[in-house]
Amino acid sequence: MNDAGTNGSGPSENGSGNGVAGGLALIPRTDAKQTAKDFKTDQEVRWCPGCGDYAILAAVQSFLPELGLRRENIVFVSGIGCSSRFPYYMNTYGFHSIHGRAPAIATGLAAARPDLSVWVVTGDGDALSIGGNHLIHALRRNINLKILLFNNRIYGLTKGQYSPTSEVGKITKSTPMGSLDSPFNPISLALGAEASFVARTLDSDRKHLQSVLRAATEHKGTALVEIYQNCNIFNDGAFEPLKDPAVRDEVTIKLEHGQPIVFGADHEKGLRRSAAGGFEIASASSPDIVVHDAHNPDPSQAFALSRLDSPGFEHTPIGIFRQVSRPTYDELMREQIDEAVAQQGEGDLAALLGSGDTWLID
Amino acid sequence: MTKQVQQLDRVIIRFAGDSGDGMQLTGDRFTQETASFGNDLSTFPNFPAEIRAPAGTLPGVSSFQLHFADHDILTPGDAPNVLVAMNPAALMANIGDLPRGADLIVNIDEFTKRNLAKVGYATNPIEDDSLSAYRVYPVALTSMTVKALEEFDISKKDAERAKNMFALGLLSWLYHRPTDATVGFLEQKFAKKPEIMKANIAAFRAGWNYGETTEAFSVSYEVKPAKLESGHYRNITGNMALAYGLIAASRQSGLPLFLGSYPITPASDILHELSKHKRFGVRTFQAEDEIAGVGAALGASFGGALGVTTTSGPGMTLKSETIGLGVAVELPLIVCDIQRAGPSTGMPTKTEQADLLQALYGRNGEAPVPVIAPQSPNDCFTSAIEAARIAVKYRTPVILLSDGYLANGSEPWQIPDVTTLPKIEPGFTTTKTAESADEADEAFEPFKRDPNTLARPWAVPGTPGLEHRIGGLEKADGTGNISYDPNNHDLMVRLRQAKIDGIANDIPPLEPDDPRGPDGTGAKVLVLGWGSTYGAIAAAVRRVRKSGGQVAQAHLRHLNPFPANIAEVLKSYDRVLVPEINLGQLALLIKGKFLIDVISYNRVRGFPFKAEELAGVIQDVIDSE
Ligand code: SF4
Repeated sequence: MNDAGTNGSGPSENGSGNGVAGGLALIPRTDAKQTAKDFKTDQEVRWCPGCGDYAILAAVQSFLPELGLRRENIVFVSGIGCSSRFPYYMNTYGFHSIHGRAPAIATGLAAARPDLSVWVVTGDGDALSIGGNHLIHALRRNINLKILLFNNRIYGLTKGQYSPTSEVGKITKSTPMGSLDSPFNPISLALGAEASFVARTLDSDRKHLQSVLRAATEHKGTALVEIYQNCNIFNDGAFEPLKDPAVRDEVTIKLEHGQPIVFGADHEKGLRRSAAGGFEIASASSPDIVVHDAHNPDPSQAFALSRLDSPGFEHTPIGIFRQVSRPTYDELMREQIDEAVAQQGEGDLAALLGSGDTWLID
Repeated sequence: MTKQVQQLDRVIIRFAGDSGDGMQLTGDRFTQETASFGNDLSTFPNFPAEIRAPAGTLPGVSSFQLHFADHDILTPGDAPNVLVAMNPAALMANIGDLPRGADLIVNIDEFTKRNLAKVGYATNPIEDDSLSAYRVYPVALTSMTVKALEEFDISKKDAERAKNMFALGLLSWLYHRPTDATVGFLEQKFAKKPEIMKANIAAFRAGWNYGETTEAFSVSYEVKPAKLESGHYRNITGNMALAYGLIAASRQSGLPLFLGSYPITPASDILHELSKHKRFGVRTFQAEDEIAGVGAALGASFGGALGVTTTSGPGMTLKSETIGLGVAVELPLIVCDIQRAGPSTGMPTKTEQADLLQALYGRNGEAPVPVIAPQSPNDCFTSAIEAARIAVKYRTPVILLSDGYLANGSEPWQIPDVTTLPKIEPGFTTTKTAESADEADEAFEPFKRDPNTLARPWAVPGTPGLEHRIGGLEKADGTGNISYDPNNHDLMVRLRQAKIDGIANDIPPLEPDDPRGPDGTGAKVLVLGWGSTYGAIAAAVRRVRKSGGQVAQAHLRHLNPFPANIAEVLKSYDRVLVPEINLGQLALLIKGKFLIDVISYNRVRGFPFKAEELAGVIQDVIDSE
């Protein structure tokens, strides 16, 4: 195998020198020209016609060439669910695993192989229900993984049961009188789990989706990208207010780091802190409109933004909520190995086996 | 005063005390002294799952048994010749195992009214005649230790805690053990607390001197070194040997070792040990749960590492789904199950062999996995390398079934010459192998099997041109594309099975130990065992033979597949006796696969078999012939 998998040798750890962003610093690049077609496989795509997954797949395939990474150094790992078929359609290395466990499998891969760009494709049931534990630990560990969470607020593959992001009272096959449990807000959850990069985007807005993917790939550590994805079979129109040209500008708050948080068709509304500690809507011209600071080490503001979500999508932030730099697990793991080698020398098997109290029998 | 020295060929000592009394440490040290003296030995630590059960109570008793001899021995011994009881609870918990005439050294300082009442002694057994069957040595261990340490600037509590070193000193004198290594050990252990260090060394020496000067002990004992094969030796536990075996396998294969693990008794020591060896490029990942531990290991294997996970029964249950995925995607993976008493949480610190059927069949679908069981603490080293060899060669998860007894028990280990260790060839696929020019343009086929081993190619990410996708969905033979074709599924199920079954031709045949009788014939009764019962069965077989009985022994290291000649071997005996620390799991397999009737002997007490007990069972079977 590539010896970058062993003692952290391989391309320079410090990516800033060659202009390559932190998250991609160790991944071999190619000068060969790539197009979206290079990332397509010969497998027939089998999502329902009209499914939001198609748009995400196309957006990812047309975005990857701009990174200039060697295709063989990209890996997509998924769990189970409609979205988890994704790796079969990507002409990279891929691993379609078991329900909820993709972050765990990807963690081992990313920790063992710093020269790989490892992506996790998951859904709301996969990531937040059966795999909730792995997701939160992947986030806190900050290992070099990009997690795309396709949130359609429903179980598609099992034919339409409510999911952990479904709104309360959802009528589904398993909840004919309405679901009883409160949903997770994936952004709030990720921020609570110490995530260093948290963003939300939409399947239907390719430009926005790709800009978020770009930032996520450049980020060093775990990036969580929630993608609102329409399941036109079991939960059609779930995100309609954010897509309907008539209202979307009124209700979508596009977050941009360093910019005042304003929205509305004519940018006439803005956000300011409320006395209660959250956000409230004010006129864009108010003096106390908050400037978005995704790099703030304190996640409180990002969390307050995530709490603007409402079942009716009256004011929904999209974009990058949080993007902070902290050491990654895989990098620290390599450093410990390097340190051990530097201090004690490379391991010597004969010396190891013969260590401790020994005696000789002639 | 010169004292009498008596020669013995073997001794079994049991140290017993409160969990807080340091009995495991005392036993370990005595073992090291004994090992460096050159005796053969075998140990059996036995401790409660609770870290500190209430002091002085029966559930809090911790013990360490050591068997050492001037000849080669196989077990930690059935019953102690000497019991060191640090308090009434330790006496009460262990006296039942002590044969008449045995030596009993008790710490009388702890035999207070209160402590006696705690365990329900109405009268002091040291003072009434309830212990008249034994040679009782009441020693004021605590107060003598405190007195010996008067001049040190330490608390009374610290002084009292050194009583285990006093006891160790006394026993070291009594059995002529070398003491330098223990002094060195204490110097290192307490390097940061010099006063405590000096006090412990002083307590250890005081114990030795007490033995030499007191009239209470008029005789000391000598057990000559054993005549073991020449070479360098060290003492090693099963868990340590297993960890070393994994590092060796990593070196021998050139694959970096990746351990994904979640702490669980009695497997955690492997995680602890491996985490110390980062200089070997070992990556240890303490996962959020058992599932993530094995998941990360499989992910690392996908990336070309030697992926390993370590656990015990409850963790095995959680890992089942991922092991099944490993079967489906056909990647190397080593799963170490250090069995303990179950079901459920069971008895975490007690041993058992009841995960065999789980290892073989505990997955959905037809999901065959090779299963290997080490037979002694030493053998954990060799078995780990063998597990890696099979995992890598056949691209499959392999389950290594050790248990609590092997994990914590120890014995002398002849340190192997690393140049003699087997090489493991990873055999990565790095280019498309096109058999014809037409195929050169075709996609890489990740499930095109090697015709001999039926193993699939292992092409790791980073290899250009071999990009491919794997997963838990059924795959088309060859291409690996998703397939729901009925005939393809039938074929793939059979191919996966045939691959594992074929390993039978790649492992040593079963060779029974069956010395010919005086008339040149072999035994009629065969004892068949697996895993950690090897020592007890072998010791029992020796006893039976010594008393004139004829019996053969065969021991299985490979439980799946079985050695190719197993049926032939079993059929050549009139009776096959299968002792197991479960309710007959191997017996069920033998009966089911070969239609051979076997006699089961089963005990599930959380303890290893005793040689004497098995000898009786074997004799009964011989006599019923
Ligand atoms: S069920 Fe829904 S999510 Fe699944 S493929 Fe069909 S439309 Fe997409």
